[in-house]
Amino acid sequence: MDKRDPFRHNVLTSGHRACSGCGEAMAARMVTDLVGPDAIYVNATGCLQVFSSHNQQSAWQAPWVHSVFANAAAVASGVEAALRARGKETPVVVQAGDGGTFDIGLQCLSGMIERGHNVLFVCYDNEAYMNTGVQRSGSTPHAVRTSTSPPGLFSQGKQQLKKDVLSIMAAHHMPYAATATIAYFPDLKAKVEKAMGIRGPRFLQILSPCPLGWAHDSALSVTVARLAVETGLFPLVELEHGELTGVMRLAGQKPVDDYLRPQGRFKHLFTGKEGAVELRHIQALADARIRRYNLLEADTQWDTASALRCARHGRGGYVSSSLSVSQGVDNVL
Amino acid sequence: MKQLLEGSQAVAEAVRLCRPQVVAAYPITPQTHIIERLAQHVANGELAAEFINAESEFGAASIVLGAVTAGARAFTATASQGLLLMTEVLYNIAGLRLPVVMVCANRAVGAPINIFSDHQDSMSVRDAGWIQLYVESNQEAADSLIQAYRIAEACELPVMVCMDGFLLTHTFEPVALPTQAMVDDYLPAFQFARTLNPDRPMTLGGASEPDNFQEYRVDQHAAMENAQKVVETLDAEFAEQFGRRCGGLMQGYRLDDARTVLLGMGSLMGAVYDAVDQLRDQGQAAGALRLRCFRPFPAQALVQHLKDVQRIIVLEKALSPGAGGIVAAELRAALQQAGIMTPVESVIGGLGGRDLTPDVIEAVFQGIPDTEAGVTSRFAPDHITSASDEAERGEQSYG
Repeated sequence: MDKRDPFRHNVLTSGHRACSGCGEAMAARMVTDLVGPDAIYVNATGCLQVFSSHNQQSAWQAPWVHSVFANAAAVASGVEAALRARGKETPVVVQAGDGGTFDIGLQCLSGMIERGHNVLFVCYDNEAYMNTGVQRSGSTPHAVRTSTSPPGLFSQGKQQLKKDVLSIMAAHHMPYAATATIAYFPDLKAKVEKAMGIRGPRFLQILSPCPLGWAHDSALSVTVARLAVETGLFPLVELEHGELTGVMRLAGQKPVDDYLRPQGRFKHLFTGKEGAVELRHIQALADARIRRYNLLEADTQWDTASALRCARHGRGGYVSSSLSVSQGVDNVL
Repeated sequence: MKQLLEGSQAVAEAVRLCRPQVVAAYPITPQTHIIERLAQHVANGELAAEFINAESEFGAASIVLGAVTAGARAFTATASQGLLLMTEVLYNIAGLRLPVVMVCANRAVGAPINIFSDHQDSMSVRDAGWIQLYVESNQEAADSLIQAYRIAEACELPVMVCMDGFLLTHTFEPVALPTQAMVDDYLPAFQFARTLNPDRPMTLGGASEPDNFQEYRVDQHAAMENAQKVVETLDAEFAEQFGRRCGGLMQGYRLDDARTVLLGMGSLMGAVYDAVDQLRDQGQAAGALRLRCFRPFPAQALVQHLKDVQRIIVLEKALSPGAGGIVAAELRAALQQAGIMTPVESVIGGLGGRDLTPDVIEAVFQGIPDTEAGVTSRFAPDHITSASDEAERGEQSYG
């Protein structure tokens, strides 16, 4: 229960300036309410910082600091070191967008993890620089239209692949790294709670659709996030000390078209031959991710208990670390 | 009792006595001896601090920023390229009004890459909003470091102690280190009113709009202006407790009846005093003024010291290419503002570690020009340069 305002109990309170349907606002609300107000939040520059922290109109009901774009992980390192020096146990959480994680913030993030700071780093991944007007980032997926990767006579959108930041995190042998989305709250909740129970650096990459940048109806944010998972394009996985220990499996595979069609950022792919080639490419990327993480029941060697759990939820089920999962992973990777 | 200490050691000992709780740094010559000694103190249990090996100077500055917001006294040190890599965070620390203290082991900025001393690095961040104290000796480096924490915490402004790389950091001098009790008496335990605390949530670093951004700068500027008094007061208080002072905002040498005064900053002043003595022996009314506090810029105090002088020379180890001397330009503005039209001769010298020996400085006093550096400045003559040196220099590649 929040100690400061008898009427509001959430860390990110209402009245902020996010767009309607903002996936990042939803994700931040979920994460910060799960972590609670007894924590120190460090924010990178980005949409979340801009829409939540205007002068004297802060939406934060927990201690919150923003410095610059690239340094959130380093600021959090300092906060955590100071708390350690002062004998305090207050949790420290970083919130950053994909730019502040994949690109400009990667060096500080890598340093923070390598040094083993006891910090949860949350990346709200909306796959482009939305705050500055939808420019391409290292997280922008292949063939996406952004304002700096526009489709044209010689282009079908972004020509490169989305950076696999989770594997970069895993390569640091960090205690815990996982992906989540706003579409599966129980999964996200379990991961935040698990992360908060682990000491050391932890990383959560949360796919957070942006109706403005992705050009979809603002009522569809959760649906679009769910489709990213159901098509295999955004696998929900967990890694502990670099090893895959949890996968949310899929009851069936949906074609990537289902995910791409509601989004204006892929619109150019549905006209002309070149677009069709890219659509096949994106389908191949989804297939590869499904194979890599063994997301489909038919392909998997996961234990039947977790398969039943999936079926019971009528969707991909949350599979936590267990012996059988690790055995499965050994066979997969 | 005095000990023979390298400047880096002296300043590191002063840092230890100030009991920082977080030390973060990234290695760069000529700053490394400072943090190496602090790392050893932490390893030996002689300093109860978290020593954070940052992944870059940008990270180091960000770590001390975070540490102060979470209620810890913090220290970092850097130089040259490292200071420039910190630049964005330096502005941010100052804008957030955080009492961070750092040492800049002054070094040239590349290209061409050069590890030796000049003031280009710290002068380049003069508008970042940090108090800048340029020290003359190892003793003053140590003493200024202790004062820096008092100043920073009294003003909620960051302080940069600027000490010449190699000339001070790697040079041994007798230094009197105070006892822990003396420092504890002068410097109370760290207190920061805006410490992040879940029991009293606060938003630090929120966005600002045109309707209030300027007010932040007005406040910051007023705090910097006020810091002039604080620098003087705390130096005087230090003198009472420790029996020696650092020079406050500035320090004169044989100024009383001086007709020609050379103004400079940092370790070069030792040689300037020798040159002044020689000129005095020759019957010339020479004097020197050492500017210790460059930011805030003590315009009025400078005018007071220089208003009756007939000839003013500023010798500085930094250059604004295309404009000339930086301190000289600011001094001209200060004098003009006070209605004093004494011309200010601007001389640039000692760049990239070039020695400024007493005879070079005497030549500067005599007004011997070397190369013209624009209309408003000239470069110091270089007595050491022989024809063969020139030829050798010409063959070096700039990398």
